[in-house]
Amino acid sequence: MQRLANPAQFLRLSKQLQPWLAAASVLLIGAGLYFALLVSPADYQQGQTVRIMYVHVPSAWLGMVGYSTMALASAVGLIWKHPLADLVAKAAAPIGASFTFLCLATGSLWGKPMWGTWWAWDARLTSMLILLFLYLGYMALQSAFDDPSRGARASAILALAGFINVPVIKFSVDWWKTLHQPASLLKVSGPAIHPAMLTPLLLMVTGFTCFFVVVLLIRVRSEIIASKIRAIRLTQIHGTREEPLADHAVG
Amino acid sequence: MDSLMTFLEMGGYARFVWPAYGLVAVVTIGLLLVSLRTLRSRERALTMLQEQSPGRRGRRRDK
Repeated sequence: MQRLANPAQFLRLSKQLQPWLAAASVLLIGAGLYFALLVSPADYQQGQTVRIMYVHVPSAWLGMVGYSTMALASAVGLIWKHPLADLVAKAAAPIGASFTFLCLATGSLWGKPMWGTWWAWDARLTSMLILLFLYLGYMALQSAFDDPSRGARASAILALAGFINVPVIKFSVDWWKTLHQPASLLKVSGPAIHPAMLTPLLLMVTGFTCFFVVVLLIRVRSEIIASKIRAIRLTQIHGTREEPLADHAVG
Repeated sequence: MDSLMTFLEMGGYARFVWPAYGLVAVVTIGLLLVSLRTLRSRERALTMLQEQSPGRRGRRRDK
């Protein structure tokens, strides 16, 4: 962890990991699609619409993983003032927001034929919509400051305050009456789902998670470079020889 | 051919199942491409800046 905190080390490791993660993601999602669309059976109640589950559940998972990554990185950034942590939080936000949007959109396409409605103001759906707004608010707040470190601080506080929503989403199906079905995978008693559907679901969830990490690494690299560019431009303007932000962050 | 049609019809739910998969494909691939393009353009900008200020060249450790 300490070594990862050094941006130069991080860049080296992320370049080594990236091709493996990308290959794993392609293979897992490829196999997942094969099982999800061709091998797995239709649901006895939901018919073929159950196949939407194989993209809906990974999207929901990554919407929450994205937010947890962002909140954890924000906490590290706030407490230890670590510049790389701020960049990780910033890089995670658009990815998590995209998956949260996909979760809501695929859920809507699943809800119409099965529940008879595109949308309902119920606990699970509403808390997921709040998650999307938290992401959007986070990104807006971050870009509202000229000084990136002040923007990172303000948005880190928002990310942490909003983290309370993540357990609310997870347990919303148990706490309130809702249209949404209860958890099938992450249960104390183990997954309540037939292996024929569990296989494609797990393949898709792990494949999408690899994809998430690949895009996260790309975006963190991109943010590190942006902060170097900013540092060089500042040096040119002020004529001093400041070290770039990302270079002296050895923890 | 018939089995392909049956597959594409998705038991009458084609207009819900395929848009869901299509949307996920478009958004994820789009996100990947946008992220890669931003990375490439920033890498180019950094290289250009570093060439402009030769004093900084020696410190390019992670390239």
